[in-house]
Amino acid sequence: MSTPFPRPINFRDGRVDMSHGSGGRAMAQLIHELFVTHFDNDYLRAQNDGACFPLPAGSGRMVMATDSHVVSPLFFPGGDIGCLAVHGTVNDVAMAGGRPLYLSAGFILEEGFPLADLKRIVISMAQAAKEAGVPIITGDTKVVEKGKGDGVFINTTGIGIVPPGIDLAPSKIRAGDAILVSGMLGDHGVAIMSLRENLSFDTAIQSDTAALHDLVATMLAAVPEIRTLRDPTRGGLATVLNEFALAARCGMLIREPVIPIRPAVNAACELLGLDPLYVANEGKLVAICPAERATELLALMRAHPLGADAAIIGEVIEDANHFVQMETAFGGRRMVDWLSGEQLPRIC
Amino acid sequence: MKYIDEFRDGETARSIAALIAAEAQPQKSYRLMEFCGGHTHAISRYGLLDLLPAQVRMIHGPGCPVCVLPIGRIDSAIALASTHKLILCTYADTLRVPASGGLSLLKAKARGADVRMVYSADDALRIAEENPSREVVFFAIGFETTTPMTAAVIQQAARRSLSNFSVFCNHVLTPAAMQHIMESAADPDAVALDGFVGPAHVSTIIGSAPYEAFTQRYKRPVVIAGFEPLDVLQAVLMLVRQINAGRSAVENQFSRAVSAAGNIKAQAIVSDVFELREAFDWRGLGEVPLSALTIRSAYSAFDAEQKFSIAYRQVADPKACECAAILRGHKHPADCKVFGSACTPEQPIGACMVSSEGACAAHYTYGRHKVMAIRATGVAA
Amino acid sequence: MCLAIPARVIALFGEDRARIDLAGVQKEISIALVEDVAIGDYLIVHVGYAIGKIDPEEAAETLATFAAMRATHEGALPLTPPLA
Repeated sequence: MSTPFPRPINFRDGRVDMSHGSGGRAMAQLIHELFVTHFDNDYLRAQNDGACFPLPAGSGRMVMATDSHVVSPLFFPGGDIGCLAVHGTVNDVAMAGGRPLYLSAGFILEEGFPLADLKRIVISMAQAAKEAGVPIITGDTKVVEKGKGDGVFINTTGIGIVPPGIDLAPSKIRAGDAILVSGMLGDHGVAIMSLRENLSFDTAIQSDTAALHDLVATMLAAVPEIRTLRDPTRGGLATVLNEFALAARCGMLIREPVIPIRPAVNAACELLGLDPLYVANEGKLVAICPAERATELLALMRAHPLGADAAIIGEVIEDANHFVQMETAFGGRRMVDWLSGEQLPRIC
Repeated sequence: MKYIDEFRDGETARSIAALIAAEAQPQKSYRLMEFCGGHTHAISRYGLLDLLPAQVRMIHGPGCPVCVLPIGRIDSAIALASTHKLILCTYADTLRVPASGGLSLLKAKARGADVRMVYSADDALRIAEENPSREVVFFAIGFETTTPMTAAVIQQAARRSLSNFSVFCNHVLTPAAMQHIMESAADPDAVALDGFVGPAHVSTIIGSAPYEAFTQRYKRPVVIAGFEPLDVLQAVLMLVRQINAGRSAVENQFSRAVSAAGNIKAQAIVSDVFELREAFDWRGLGEVPLSALTIRSAYSAFDAEQKFSIAYRQVADPKACECAAILRGHKHPADCKVFGSACTPEQPIGACMVSSEGACAAHYTYGRHKVMAIRATGVAA
Repeated sequence: MCLAIPARVIALFGEDRARIDLAGVQKEISIALVEDVAIGDYLIVHVGYAIGKIDPEEAAETLATFAAMRATHEGALPLTPPLA
């Protein structure tokens, strides 16, 4: 059989060059030998510019979410930008109560980026998509000149179905509701920071990057009264709670001793002068549910592998100022304010 | 975490607080200045004020290196990075400090200046070695705690004959600032002080001895304290006892990390590289004689002020801003008109709002709910 | 000011370098500013340098004082000043 690509791409020590984004033979070859090969589904094999797909019969509303991934470093303990790009968008769909169906993937590659690294990322993405049961059915590749990117950026968009009867929104939060988290906080942020130039420290902490849609489906099936869900990514738990408080026009009161945080995450934060409540997660969720369902929901979450360390960490309270407050382990109450600027390591 | 968690025990805190309440005499006033931002941070974060009786008042001091750095010095750093096109390395703490013309190092970076955040002075030296064709300046700030590292990298740069590395030195001295605060107490609207919670890690370096002259001269007790909440409370108790007894001695609560003589090895490195500066302009305090360090002539090749002819230009603080009075302990953050309205951690006007251990930022971040509650109920703060 | 954290020395290297551990987080730091560092010491770490050592006896004494305060605070007994 004749092939337009007699010589296979050198994924051992080849590099991305401008031709990989030019629309010509090199780009077609990259799409075939890398993306179609690994993402591997009928939609991609159809080689259309877009993907047409059927909708499940009798379904409710649709949800669409998009997320651009620009993480540095690209490979980190517990994951890489590839699986992160899948998990991040799957989770955004799931937090709306949706069952994710399909993903798109847009790559922006920097000229000179090693093809071996790109292949590693794509295989990781393909595996994450397969594990999540959410195929990547359409995509795009662009190449920018060296110095105009940071290796690789990946945008993913997800489409999902929200089952009838599910309508999550922070505005539904009421005073008295319970606040739950699905597990240990701050792992992703600390894993990333441990590799940052200048900060470098060694820790067994791995990124928690994971697709949460199965956990969410389990939760919603049993407790459809859940008010809202959100994944505490950038800005961490503190940011999500402040967003909820503002949207619901109420206050939040959490209890420091019951917030699940690994000792090593606390230690890394002590060293860098950071607060773990503001550190990013990629495989955790915050759930608000009516207090009378909280115990049942917690038991369900703990029975799921991605919710083993779940905890009820506090409750929604009435507060005209929409403050998030925390009862500290020390005994006393302090504010957990919006993050100011970026979380940067402090010396003083 | 050993040597951390034991010093954050809430039950013990309440025991110490009960002793303070029992021993602080109702008719007496105990106006105590915690010099360091580290203490300010602990007091705010752990809500220690709630544990103290009304007659024990904590007054925030100027011990936050970011807060006392005057606008003119930040302007010079920005000028270095943008005009001289060099690599300016800085601790992250300085990045958001407001400078003239609405700029900050972070904003200058967004406009193309090559400003790099470092976690250690060593990183600045490494960047210089990796970029032999570029000039690299380390924007050195901090009190005595942070000074020895700067001295150590200057010594290393000299040993390695690095010609593209220099330091813009802004290191300042604690005892001089404490003395200045007591001198300005003659000022009619100055707040009277009855005692000092002395620095923690600064004292690890300089020891407890340098405060002896201070206590003798000003007849005010100084208790050196660690930065954990129990350290602060124990120091307050020790101060209350000294004041009750009419004593004014240097006492050391932080004995696990501070000796009388301090870290002699670090002191030797510092005095090899640095000498006293005639005067330094502190934000809030103004010109304070012999309160800062400058690089000795033997190391002048590594002095960015000489290498790039940096001329210091004094810039007045924004008019609405009460930072100066707050840094001297004359006013409380809530007394400032712009606190929490025009001046917030996102849009800081004054330096006290920039650093998370600045008096205003600590108060805004951890204590705002109480101020709002007080304002809402119409009770005067 | 001056964020510094006590951490345990777990290894010593040449050129004044040491590895410290804080609850499972490890980092290489400079010990150029301190003398006589041994494995097992707790160093006070600031911007990648040790600035001093924790004196375990003094720490134990401070903690013992705290324990005494916990035991006696209700009676508000006049305690002698805990540390000279």
